[in-house]
Amino acid sequence: MTKAITVSGLHKSFGATHALDGLDLDVETGEVHGFLGPNGAGKSTAIRVLLGLLRADSGTARILGRDPWRDAVETHRRIAYVPGDVTLWRNLSGGEVIDLYGRLRQGGRAQRVVQGGGGRRAGGLDRRRRAELTERFELDPTKKGRTYSKGNRQKVALVAAFASDVDLLILDEPTSGLDPLMEEVFQRCVAEERERGRTVLLSSHILSEVEELCDRVSIIRKGRTVESGSLADLRHLTRTSVTAELAVPPADLSALPGVHDLDVQGRRVRLQVDTDKLNEVLRALAGSGVRSLTSTPPTLEELFLRHYQEESSGEPAVTR
Amino acid sequence: MTATAATAPVARAGGSRQFAGTGVLLRFALRRDRVMIPVWAAVNALMVLSMPNALKGLYATPAERAGLLHQVSGNTSLRAMVGPVFDDSLGALTAWRVGVYAGALAAVMSLLVVVRHTRDEEESGRQEMVSSGMVGRRAPLTAALLAAAVANAALALVVTAGLAGQGAAGALALGLGIAGVGMVFATMAAIVAQLTESARLARGLTAAVLGAAFVLRAAGDSASADGSSVLTWLSPLGWLEELRAFAAERWWVLLLVAAATALQGWAAYELAGRRDVGMSFLPTRPGPAEGRLGTAGALAWRLQRGGVAGWSLGFFLAGVVYGGMTDGAAKLVGDNERAREIFQRMGGQSGLTDAFLAAMVGMLGLIAALYVVSSVLRLSAEETSGRAEPVLAGAVGRLRWAAGHLVIAFAGSVLIMLLAGLGFAVGYGRQVGPVLGACLVQVSAVWVIGGIAVFLYGLLPRGAVAAWGVAGAALLIGWIGPALGVPQPVLDLSPFGHLPRLPGGAMDWTPVGVLLALAAALVAGGLAGLRRRDLTT
Repeated sequence: MTKAITVSGLHKSFGATHALDGLDLDVETGEVHGFLGPNGAGKSTAIRVLLGLLRADSGTARILGRDPWRDAVETHRRIAYVPGDVTLWRNLSGGEVIDLYGRLRQGGRAQRVVQGGGGRRAGGLDRRRRAELTERFELDPTKKGRTYSKGNRQKVALVAAFASDVDLLILDEPTSGLDPLMEEVFQRCVAEERERGRTVLLSSHILSEVEELCDRVSIIRKGRTVESGSLADLRHLTRTSVTAELAVPPADLSALPGVHDLDVQGRRVRLQVDTDKLNEVLRALAGSGVRSLTSTPPTLEELFLRHYQEESSGEPAVTR
Repeated sequence: MTATAATAPVARAGGSRQFAGTGVLLRFALRRDRVMIPVWAAVNALMVLSMPNALKGLYATPAERAGLLHQVSGNTSLRAMVGPVFDDSLGALTAWRVGVYAGALAAVMSLLVVVRHTRDEEESGRQEMVSSGMVGRRAPLTAALLAAAVANAALALVVTAGLAGQGAAGALALGLGIAGVGMVFATMAAIVAQLTESARLARGLTAAVLGAAFVLRAAGDSASADGSSVLTWLSPLGWLEELRAFAAERWWVLLLVAAATALQGWAAYELAGRRDVGMSFLPTRPGPAEGRLGTAGALAWRLQRGGVAGWSLGFFLAGVVYGGMTDGAAKLVGDNERAREIFQRMGGQSGLTDAFLAAMVGMLGLIAALYVVSSVLRLSAEETSGRAEPVLAGAVGRLRWAAGHLVIAFAGSVLIMLLAGLGFAVGYGRQVGPVLGACLVQVSAVWVIGGIAVFLYGLLPRGAVAAWGVAGAALLIGWIGPALGVPQPVLDLSPFGHLPRLPGGAMDWTPVGVLLALAAALVAGGLAGLRRRDLTT
């Protein structure tokens, strides 16, 4: 499988601030990749480097097989971008802006007939899809820039991005300001993009959105990648809660590897276990005769909180 | 139906403590304007206070001054430009020479202050945050008007104190008159800020009212030698003349100023009380659902075309007006030895008509420098507002994006100077070719200023506003430098100082060529910087 984005050891400083401090990121072609991290972790900086708006201090970055700084214009032909905070021209209507963004991607070339599917993309807008999306997002394209609310400004950029014929969508917290219904429309649109074989880099704070949409995620903190992989992989790295009702009081469970927060009350056992050590614990419990058992996988919130809150010492701050 | 307690109608203006927080907001406004207000007031005061000495140098004896009085009274075009003169004392001549212009500058300062703290705040959304605090409904407007009042009061104080040597009563009248015009336009801006949704439009409309006031006054003054025309009375700038500072002051005219200020202020509060935060009385019309804009260049033109049209019209009209008064002004200047010297220093050694034309063309060139800076700095505004980011995330290179705005800036300065030349052709009618050529020669210096703006923007994006300082310095050097006898090395700092004096002088291609090369180098340097640097947001 080819990579849509490869980044390794990326550094970028603004004065004394190290916004990116050795960032690594791999996005496979055709996947929806979640890009997560607390505020100020460097997500937007990384995206702006990938768009050639900022120049990296060191490290390598390739986007669609090209250098994001040197080949900015050529790569942009195949990329659609939605910023987290869309600002519009006050005297241009939303419809004009959508069409402008589409045509700018063609780099001023004469409009080409746009067809879906694979191959090199023409970059421009699919008129039918533009109309359909305007309807689905319930956007009034005749209103002018200043009169849109935050959510509606966001929709202008989303319609322009989803209606365009590109290989890669870069979405930087794209759903801020959208209501839950529109959030659902957005999720369906991303799913459709994946079905069409497009790659999506989705920076987001909304965990349900990430869980629903993303094949793989990368978590960054302080400009560095702290975790990367599929959600299942990541879950493996955390703990599962187990509550069991046994036939007889258990043998000493605390000696087992990976067991935490053990609480034994007669025949009732509650514990947390590193997910990759779950098997041994279950075997030990079975030895005492299991009457009932609940096992809760770690929630995504726990997963992220753990990564977000990690102290600089590297010790994970356990949260429940 | 059950009987219910009568519901009190919701008070339109919205409850008690409507002025809560005004003091905090005023201090905040003055803090934000701590550079802007002092600079505007200082430049204005400097212009007024330098005048008695400059006039003394020009018209040293009472007989010369009496001669000037006589000539102005008989010269309609000159009265239109500067207004009528009522006495031959240095104070009265100062009030005559700069009064209207000082009033206009105070008006511009006031409208900028008021719009900045009212509509600008609402348009940006910052007002919501402020209004959610302990801030009364009328506090923001009150604070803005008080900030303008503070600025105008400071200006009045400096002018009164500085001119007291020419007569305390006259100095006070002129100081109050200038500040009064400022307050009339402060409250006018307060009304317009309720009407429009855009701060840019509010500033433009108020400035248009100021322009109309100038035209009314000019028409009235050319019609009558003693300011008795009804047209003059219709213009707030005319009231400044009617006050007759240093010439048996008519203090009651200040009542007119106060009444207009109070009436407009009341209207502004009434309008503000009838609308919601962020809304306006001139609603934004819907636009097309589908757009035809397809390139970065087309977008730049769409954003700047209104400005280009306004500047074009202004320069054409200025050409017509200055062209129309050329003969009269040249005659007046010709009768005074020292005035002729100054005009020749500004305009050249040839005939006086040519010298006057050259001086006016040069002045328009200096003003065109402001156009080129405002147009180039659109790039900066697009970038810092974040609107450039999605454009540059399209298949648009930085150079192509910048080129759209720069073509408008640089070709636009050719256009407006050309239109000024055509205006002279209409207003003056002779020497069409030479005057047109003279206008175009100015472009080389205008481009250098534009080049500096591009250079600053490309290399120091945060310092790009310094380009305004460069244009302002060129304006000051070119405008009042010759009259104040500023030494040549300082005059040489301005690119305009190196241009041949046209029409009348000999065309010299060398400085023009050097300036064009310098402009090209500055633009190239700025663009090279833009290509290399990070985009700021």
